[in-house]
Amino acid sequence: MRPFDYQRAEGIDHAGQLIAAENAVAIAGGTNLLDLMKLQVETPQTLVDVNRIGHAEIEDSDDGGLWIGALATNTDTAVHPRVKADYPVLARAILAGATQQLRNRATTGGNLCQRTRCYYFTNIDQPCNKRDPGSGCGAIDGIARLHAVLGTSDQCIATYPGDMAVALSALDATVHITSAHGKARTVPVRDFHRLPGHTPWKDNVLEPGELITGVSLPAPVEGTQIYRKVRERSSYAFALCSIAAIVEMDGDKIARADLAFGGLAHKPWHDPEVGEVLVGQKPGAKLFDKAADVLLRDARGYGENDFKIPLARRTLAAVLAEATGAEL
Amino acid sequence: MSSENTVSINGQPHALPDDPRVSLLDMLRHHLGLTGTKKGCDHGQCGACTVLVNGVRINSCLTLAVMHDGDEVTTIEGLGTAENPSALQRAFVERDAYQCGYCTPGQICSATAMLDEIAAGWPSDASDSLDGPMEVSTEEIRERMSGNICRCGAYANIVDAIRDVAGEPA
Repeated sequence: MRPFDYQRAEGIDHAGQLIAAENAVAIAGGTNLLDLMKLQVETPQTLVDVNRIGHAEIEDSDDGGLWIGALATNTDTAVHPRVKADYPVLARAILAGATQQLRNRATTGGNLCQRTRCYYFTNIDQPCNKRDPGSGCGAIDGIARLHAVLGTSDQCIATYPGDMAVALSALDATVHITSAHGKARTVPVRDFHRLPGHTPWKDNVLEPGELITGVSLPAPVEGTQIYRKVRERSSYAFALCSIAAIVEMDGDKIARADLAFGGLAHKPWHDPEVGEVLVGQKPGAKLFDKAADVLLRDARGYGENDFKIPLARRTLAAVLAEATGAEL
Repeated sequence: MSSENTVSINGQPHALPDDPRVSLLDMLRHHLGLTGTKKGCDHGQCGACTVLVNGVRINSCLTLAVMHDGDEVTTIEGLGTAENPSALQRAFVERDAYQCGYCTPGQICSATAMLDEIAAGWPSDASDSLDGPMEVSTEEIRERMSGNICRCGAYANIVDAIRDVAGEPA
């Protein structure tokens, strides 16, 4: 690990001041950041420890929703009574990720900012436009089993690796952000992560000096909530394809279908047109296929990950069948 | 010694290292000679370095010692001794729940916290319902212990040892 200056923030304003320094990075749980620092993928000059600034609370919002502080651990969130009762897709998504040891340290803010597990990104001997802009992408024409099939660019085909944010996307959560000057702003979680385009080094819309203070969930909605994760082994593996679904029926027709997809893109994938195809229709295999046609209309495989396209289609059908009770 | 800039390890206060790069794992092994905690992958993948911090299990390789000012850390040395082993330590011996033994301290620290988590009603990915009470079934143990790898493949006996302590028929 390269040497760095360690600073402990005493409060959110103090954290904002410290994080404004050149090449300063905030550390919360550290489970991803320290891993990448050991690999010298991340080489911050200053590490700002934000673990003692508060913002770990999970509490009811005035609008009937829920506030989850940036420093609440993944465990805190997954075992919280309101999350389990009103937002089970979020609890399930978190529990499907990592291990108990990691979830005990990982935080809401840090998890949103976790970086891709692309093998070229994490190996400094390999080309990677995300880590070293202009060096090329090793995954295109390379080993690309974990990689994206939606929203890719000729610069980067990395995936966003997390599960929690996929559920937050289906739930239409909002990310709350503050800056060194105490200026606050909010971003819908669906717009928080970016597609790679020509700037693959930018994972999300956080600007230098900005910190996440928490995430707000809207008031809970009716319906069935499901998180389905398909992976290489049954525990402690990243998603090849995952789906967070909130589906409500009205009689024999679908009244709501809020869907978000993990493992397919550089961000949790939310395409409102997929839901629009489903709403107002009677569930069934043909309809689910039509929804998959919309989801995958621009999908592109890169050899090793070609299988993800039919996998996403089948996973979507399985989730929708479970949510609606339809036969496949 | 005040609690400022110290971390309690198995009840004893220790000064935090000057170099912020020192992981909690390296502090335990290299600075304090507490070599029960093992370094396997050093990247949070194997679980050999699992310790309890304020009663919660974490990977000691993926946290900096300086971040633990005032915390209470329990390692395998703090769970029991050869003369007076903990229930899990005894059960691992009785069930022959290892081959080389390298992962065993991490397995036992992890399982110690896991039984508390089940008692507290924490769900896992293997739980049918998010609400308790939680079972101590083989499926639950395997899921909840997935952060501890055993390269010798002693999993069957590890699960039996944990079930013995949980009072479940193996």
